[in-house]
Amino acid sequence: MTVRFTGKKPSRRAFLKGTLASTAGVVAGAGAAKAAGPDPLITEKQDWAMSTGDGVDATPYGLPIKYEDDVIRRNVEWLTADTISSINFSPIHALDGTITPQGCAFERHHSGAIELRKEDFRLMINGLVDTPLVFTYEDLERFPRVNKTFFLECAANTGMEWAGAQLNGAQFTHGMIHNMEYSGVTLRTLLEEAGLNAAGDLKDKWVYVEGADASSNGRSIPMEKALDDCMIAFKANGEALRKEHGYPARLVVPGWEGNMWVKWIRRIEVTDAAVESREETSKYTDTLADGTSRKWTWVMDAKSVVTSPSPQSPIKHGKGPLVITGLAWSGRGAITRVDVSKDGGKTWETARLANPGQPMALTRFYLDTEWNGEEMFLQSRAMDETGYVQPTKAMLREVRGENSIYHNNCIQTWWVKADGEAENVEVS
Amino acid sequence: MSKYRNLLIGSALAAMAASPALAEKLGLGRPALPEEIAAWNLDIHPDGTGLPVGSGSVEDGEAVFVENCAVCHGEFAEGSGNWPKLAGGEGTLADKDPLKTVGSYWPYLSTVYDYVRRSMPFGAAQTMSDDDVYAITAYILYSNYLVEDDFVLSNENFLDVEMPNADGFIVDDRDTAEAHFWTEPCMENCKEGEVKITMRAAVLDVTPEEEGAEEAAAEEAPAEAAAPAEEAKAEEPAEEPVVAAAALDTELVKKGEKVFKKCKACHQVGEGAANKTGPMLNGVVGGPIGAVEGFKYSKGMAELGEAGETWNEENLTAFLTKPKSFIKKTKMGFAGLKKEDDINAVAEYLKSVSQ
Repeated sequence: MTVRFTGKKPSRRAFLKGTLASTAGVVAGAGAAKAAGPDPLITEKQDWAMSTGDGVDATPYGLPIKYEDDVIRRNVEWLTADTISSINFSPIHALDGTITPQGCAFERHHSGAIELRKEDFRLMINGLVDTPLVFTYEDLERFPRVNKTFFLECAANTGMEWAGAQLNGAQFTHGMIHNMEYSGVTLRTLLEEAGLNAAGDLKDKWVYVEGADASSNGRSIPMEKALDDCMIAFKANGEALRKEHGYPARLVVPGWEGNMWVKWIRRIEVTDAAVESREETSKYTDTLADGTSRKWTWVMDAKSVVTSPSPQSPIKHGKGPLVITGLAWSGRGAITRVDVSKDGGKTWETARLANPGQPMALTRFYLDTEWNGEEMFLQSRAMDETGYVQPTKAMLREVRGENSIYHNNCIQTWWVKADGEAENVEVS
Repeated sequence: MSKYRNLLIGSALAAMAASPALAEKLGLGRPALPEEIAAWNLDIHPDGTGLPVGSGSVEDGEAVFVENCAVCHGEFAEGSGNWPKLAGGEGTLADKDPLKTVGSYWPYLSTVYDYVRRSMPFGAAQTMSDDDVYAITAYILYSNYLVEDDFVLSNENFLDVEMPNADGFIVDDRDTAEAHFWTEPCMENCKEGEVKITMRAAVLDVTPEEEGAEEAAAEEAPAEAAAPAEEAKAEEPAEEPVVAAAALDTELVKKGEKVFKKCKACHQVGEGAANKTGPMLNGVVGGPIGAVEGFKYSKGMAELGEAGETWNEENLTAFLTKPKSFIKKTKMGFAGLKKEDDINAVAEYLKSVSQ
């Protein structure tokens, strides 16, 4: 869906509401505000308390209530030539918890989202295997199954921010990410079914994975990773994958850049070298300041972002208790700690993790705080179990320059103003 | 290779060796046939593995390129709009805005052949002959000044072509080049001096704007303010005689369908509609009151029917506005529809499903 931005650039009305709320806050002070008069929502009988609502089956497959119709994926039209080969962004500013509903989980296609029936699905394993095999979808469901939750982040997430603060909203700066619980079979199970004796020493072997769509997106993955934790997933968050996420089956490559998570997977080839396909040479390589480029930069570095308050999710309630929240993740393992700064990185306080970090999955953090209407330069900083600390943009630029496009995991700054509005800025 | 990866390699491979499940096969799937492998196993490696036998000239390539590729990539592979530029950019990789093309960036020619053959042209992938792909590849080389205009590329001389940026890549070295990112984070006095804004997204202003922001604002406007306009609209069709209103107002029908959700718990309409808690409502608008077969009406409702009353506009509006005022002991336990245009909409919807 090519959606023009329909979200919070706060409307005039939202702005008014915000103003009213903060005025009330000023009058009432920090304590619970006294009501000016009886609330008609309480004293008057409401329609919904008298008549009946929808019966069951009113919507056989339920959709979000209309009041939430701005919680949608959005794209940035100037980024790409055509929506067929393009990307959009998950509305992370409006979500909570860690699981991304499939319907608003970002999409990235190279030749559009195809409609591939389960009956027409074939998965081939060939190359250096004992017996090249072909599986049907039905075959996949007969292998021992696993359930795992992982984030998928596009390598280009935050890529527009290398040269400076560009896009005004967490959805746009950090929304090329989603986090789902996958059900499927391990890639290891399938490779073992075909047999790896023919491959000899596995240490220098690769698997090349390829999708069934017209882009033929293919990536080379070291055998070690293939055998460690990769999955062929056919369900996400309990239900079939959406077509935009690779129905009926996709590859899951935990912690590694999203492009490797080949959708509509049709072929797995065991090889003795990387194929050096288009998406692992001309794209998804990171050019450094001196013009040389890093390749095989698969793992996604530890990263975090405050999702609220943020430009699309301003503070509307005025002074007093404020929940600062955001997401953190690392391709190297579990998030162990997230710090938040309100002053642009001078001082930090440690946020509360909603749940202990899970390896290569999104972690939700909260900082329950008090806001007195002061301006803030809000930042968050993630740390993972390997001891890696999310760097500042300056630290990244020092090593990588500004032309990397991919793998920008810098600390993000939101300038929260006295009126509660927030803006994407860079600070000294 | 990274520390992490070495660690991973060790554990994954060790686990594999230790795993008794290794030898256990389930016997699922079937052997792939040679023809099937040949049909899909098309990837081409930097060393030429996978290249088909064939050839194509720069001259032929120009014609094929103009026909199939130029619409997006420009006649000279210089690119068009946001589509990829395939030529130029030599020596720009260390510039502020590097131009990455086949000539300036791509390390292997095999990638060009592989990608064009399997993924291009956009919207008609895998429609070109192997020779045409050789020709296009030759033409892209030519447009990057890497071969002469009489050059013919084939599987024989493929590896002789030198790609300018072949040595421009290093394997991921973050573990060493960025080793200082593994550190103990600072918590206090982490910056000297005042923190100042150095760049603002709002000043750059490239974030997509909300399309139809005005409409959205209007929708959000308080319902009271919007109501008069809606009412005025709703009154128009009502002025016409009901009989003549056979041509339905589709907008109103749509709206009515929404309003009817409030009624659905008890009333069915449309094909196969049956009496539930309330009577089915097909054909009810304009028809006699209390006349749906098989439904046991309240005494008051039945009497109105016997008196020859029909569900004309007046009765329907009165009933739906305040059911219990219209018929004191009606069985309908519904409070009524407050807005006249909701009533009109429901009436229109009921007419539509009765047709």
